[in-house]
Amino acid sequence: MSARIQQIHHMGLWVCIVVGVIVFGAMFYTMFAHRRSRHPVPATFSHSTLVEIVWTTIPVLILVGMAIPAAIALREIENNEDSDITVVITASQWKWHYRYLETDISYYSNIATPDEQIYNLEPKDEHYLLDADNPLVLPTNKKIRFLVTSDDVIHSWWVPDFAVKQDAIPGFINEAWAIVPTPGTYRGQCTELCGQGHGFMPIVVEVRPEAEFDQWIEDQRIAAELAGGAAVAARAKTWTMDELMPIGQETFLKHCATCHERDGMGQGTKYPALSGSAIATGEMADHLERVMNGVADTEMQAWAPQLSDLEIAAVITYERNSWANSTGDIIQPITVYKAR
Amino acid sequence: MVAHAETAHTNRHPLIAFASRWLFTTNHKEIGSLYLWLSLTLFFIAGGMAMVIRLELFEPGIQFVEPEFYNQVLTLHGLIMVFGAVMPAFVGLANWLIPMMIGAPDMALPRMNNFSFWILPFAFTMLLSSLFMEGGAPNFGWTFYAPLSTTYGPPSTDFFILGVHLMGISSIMGAINIIVTIVNLRAPGMTYMRMPMFVWTWFITAFLLIMVMPVLAGVVTMMLTDRHFGTSFFEASGGGDPVMFQHIFWFFGHPEVYIMILPGFGIASQIIPTFSRKKLFGYSSMVWASASIAFLSFIVWGHHMFTTGMPVATELFFMFATMLIAVPTGVKVFNWVATMWRGSITFETPMLFSIGFVMMFTIGGFSGLMLALVPADFQYHDTFFVVAHFHYVLYPGAIFGTMAAVYYWLPKWCGHMYDERLGKIHFWTATFAVNLTFFPMHFTGLAGMPRRIPDYSLQFADFNMVSSVGAGLLGLTQVLFLYIVIKTIRGGVKATDQVWEGAVGLEWTIPSPAPHHTFETPPEIVEGRAY
Repeated sequence: MSARIQQIHHMGLWVCIVVGVIVFGAMFYTMFAHRRSRHPVPATFSHSTLVEIVWTTIPVLILVGMAIPAAIALREIENNEDSDITVVITASQWKWHYRYLETDISYYSNIATPDEQIYNLEPKDEHYLLDADNPLVLPTNKKIRFLVTSDDVIHSWWVPDFAVKQDAIPGFINEAWAIVPTPGTYRGQCTELCGQGHGFMPIVVEVRPEAEFDQWIEDQRIAAELAGGAAVAARAKTWTMDELMPIGQETFLKHCATCHERDGMGQGTKYPALSGSAIATGEMADHLERVMNGVADTEMQAWAPQLSDLEIAAVITYERNSWANSTGDIIQPITVYKAR
Repeated sequence: MVAHAETAHTNRHPLIAFASRWLFTTNHKEIGSLYLWLSLTLFFIAGGMAMVIRLELFEPGIQFVEPEFYNQVLTLHGLIMVFGAVMPAFVGLANWLIPMMIGAPDMALPRMNNFSFWILPFAFTMLLSSLFMEGGAPNFGWTFYAPLSTTYGPPSTDFFILGVHLMGISSIMGAINIIVTIVNLRAPGMTYMRMPMFVWTWFITAFLLIMVMPVLAGVVTMMLTDRHFGTSFFEASGGGDPVMFQHIFWFFGHPEVYIMILPGFGIASQIIPTFSRKKLFGYSSMVWASASIAFLSFIVWGHHMFTTGMPVATELFFMFATMLIAVPTGVKVFNWVATMWRGSITFETPMLFSIGFVMMFTIGGFSGLMLALVPADFQYHDTFFVVAHFHYVLYPGAIFGTMAAVYYWLPKWCGHMYDERLGKIHFWTATFAVNLTFFPMHFTGLAGMPRRIPDYSLQFADFNMVSSVGAGLLGLTQVLFLYIVIKTIRGGVKATDQVWEGAVGLEWTIPSPAPHHTFETPPEIVEGRAY
C-alpha cells in the first residue's frame, strides 16, 4: 500500500511543480518585461470574463483528475477485511503494548536508547531514539490487522514503510492493516503529542518469514511459561538487600527515571522528588499502594499490571535505600503478590 | 503622532496624562497603533520562543531545555503567534485603515473599540504568567487536544482557558465593530462593490470571527467543566468522546486559519495595483473568491483529523471539499498576476513583500493541496511537512502581509518615508531566512520526522541544523524591522499626501501624517471605484 501512496504523493507533487512553474514563470516574466523601465505606460484592462472562466475551469479539471485515484486508493486502504493476524496495540505514556489476539501473547515495548546518549554523555548509535527493547514481530505476506487504542492520552502509531498511521484514542478502537512482503526491521515513532515522552516512543517492527514467525510465537509461549515458573520461584525465596538493589536500579532507570529523574529529584511538583519524599521514606504499605495503583488521572500509572512481583519489590526497595533515603527497608516479592 | 487636544489644558502630571490618553482613547487611529504595538511586542516574545525551539533542535540530543519545558514553549509559541501577533496586527490595521478607506470619521462603536483592545494585555499577561506557576505553563500544543489538556493538563490550564475567553471576547467585539462600521458608516456613494479589497476581506473575516470565536469559547468552557465540575464531555471513561473535542476545536480552527490570511489577501490586493500602476484585475471575482473561501472554510475542518479513524465516506467528503478551496485561491493568485501583467511595475519595499507573499503563500497552498489527498495525508500528518506547510502559509502570508501593509501605510500614519534601502535589505534577508528555515522542513517531514518532538534521530540532523541557522537569521531580520519602524516614526523624508504615485483610495486624499480626526464630513464618492 505504501507504494500506492507514494504514487499519489508523486502525482500531487508533480501537479504542484508544473502549476508552480507556469504561475511563477508568468510572474517572473511580467516582473521582467513589464517593469517601469521597459514598460513605462501601463495597460488599462481590468477584467476578462473569458480568461476568468478558463482559469476557474482548468483547476477544477486538474483537481478531479487528482481526486479520482486518491479516492480509489483510499477505499482500498480502508478495507480491513480478511485479515490473517490481529495485533492489539495499546498506547500509554510513553510506551506501546502489543497483544496478539489469536495466540494471546502480549508484552510492552519501551525505548531502548539509554539516557546517556540522549544527554550527550555517550556517542549516539545508529538507531538513536529508534530502538525498542521488545520489537513487534510480524510474518511476511500476511494481512495483519492492527487494532489501536490508548490507556491515557491520544498517541499515534506510525510506521512510514507500512503507510500506517493510526491515532490511539482512549475509548476508541481504530483499525488499520498492512501486508509486508520483505523481511527486515521497520521503524517509526509516535506522531501525536502525548506529553514529555512524546519524542521517546519509538516503534520497531521485525518482519520475519512465516516459519520463523511461527517459531517465535512458540518461543514466546514457552518463555511465558518459564516466566510464570520464575515468578513462583521468586515468591518462594527470601531476598536480601544486595540482591534486590541492582534489579531495582535497573527497573527504576527503565520505567521511573523519565519523570522522577535518575537522581530521584523529580521535576518540580508535577513529577515529585522521591529522594526524601514522605512516601518513599514513610509507611511501606503506602509506598506499595502508590507503585501498584498509581495516581488516577496523572502520568503516575498503575504498575501492578506492567511489572512482576520481583520488579515491584526491587524497585520499592531501591527507592527506599537510594539518594537521601536510607530506611533500610526490604520488601519481598511475596508481599507484593499478596497485595495484588 | 498627533497630540491629544483635550489633555492640553489640564495640569496633570505628564505621566498620568500620557497613561490616561492611551488608556481612555476612543480614537480609531490611536487604538490601531496600540493594537500594532501590542502585536509587535508579542511577535518578539513568541519569536523568542521559536528561537528556544530551534536552539534545542539544532543538534540531536537534549542540550538546552528539558522535554517538559520544550512542550510549554512550543505551546505558547503557537498560541501567542496566532492570538497575540497575527490577529491583533490585522485588527490594528483594520482600525487604522477601514474608517479612512470608507470615508468614516471613526469606528462605529469607539468605546467598545477601546475595551476590546484593553482586554488583550491582561489576557496575554495571564497566559504568560503561567510560565512561572507551579507545574509550568500549558504543555499540550496550541491545539490543546483532550484528554492531554483536560485530565492531564497542568494547573495553569485554567489560566489558559480564561485567557482564551478574554481573547475571544476581544475578537468578537472587534469583529462586531468592524461589521457595524462597514455597514453603517460608508461615505455616500461608497457602495459595497466600490469598497477597497482590504475592507472587503476584513468584512468577510469579521463574519468568520463572529461565527467561530463562540465555538472556541464553548470548547474551552467544556474543558473547564471537565476539569472542575465533574462533566465528561471529552473523558472516555465517563462516556465522553475525545474525538468530539477535535471536531469542535477544528470547526473553530479551520476558519481561524482563514481569519489569519484573508486580511493579508486584502493587503496584497491594495498594494499590487499601486505599484503595477494598473487597476486590480477582476475586482468582483476577487470579492466572490474571498467569500467562497470563507464559506468553504466551514466545511473542511475534518481534514485535520484524517488519522482519527473516520469513516471512508467522511474522509472522501472532507478531501473533496478541501481540494475545492484550491479553485477560489487559484483565482486570487491568477488575478494578482494578471494585475501585474502589462502594468508598469516598480519594486518598492511594500511591493516586494506583496510579491513575496503571493509566491511563498502559493508554495504553502501547494503543500496544502498535497495534504488534502487523504492517502498521502496518512503519511504527512503530524510530521514536519505540516509544520513547513502552515509556516509557509502564515509567515509569508500573515506576517509578510502585515509588514507589506506597515511599509505601505506607515508614511501616511507618521508623515515620514521609511528608509527604502533598509526596507529592501529587510525584505531580502527575511525572504532568504524564511526559505532557509522552512523549506528543509518539507524534507525532514517527508523523511519521517514527527512534529512537536524535542529530540530526533540522526538521519534528520543536517536539515534541522539548516532550519535552525535560518531561524536565527530570521529572528535578527525582525530586529532590523523594529529599527526601521522606530527610525521612520522619529523622522525622515517628509511624505506627501499621495505618498505613492499609483495609489488610489480615500486614505491618500488626506494629509500625511493623518490628522487626529478625518472625514468629519463624509466625502462624496461620485464615480469610479475607490480601490
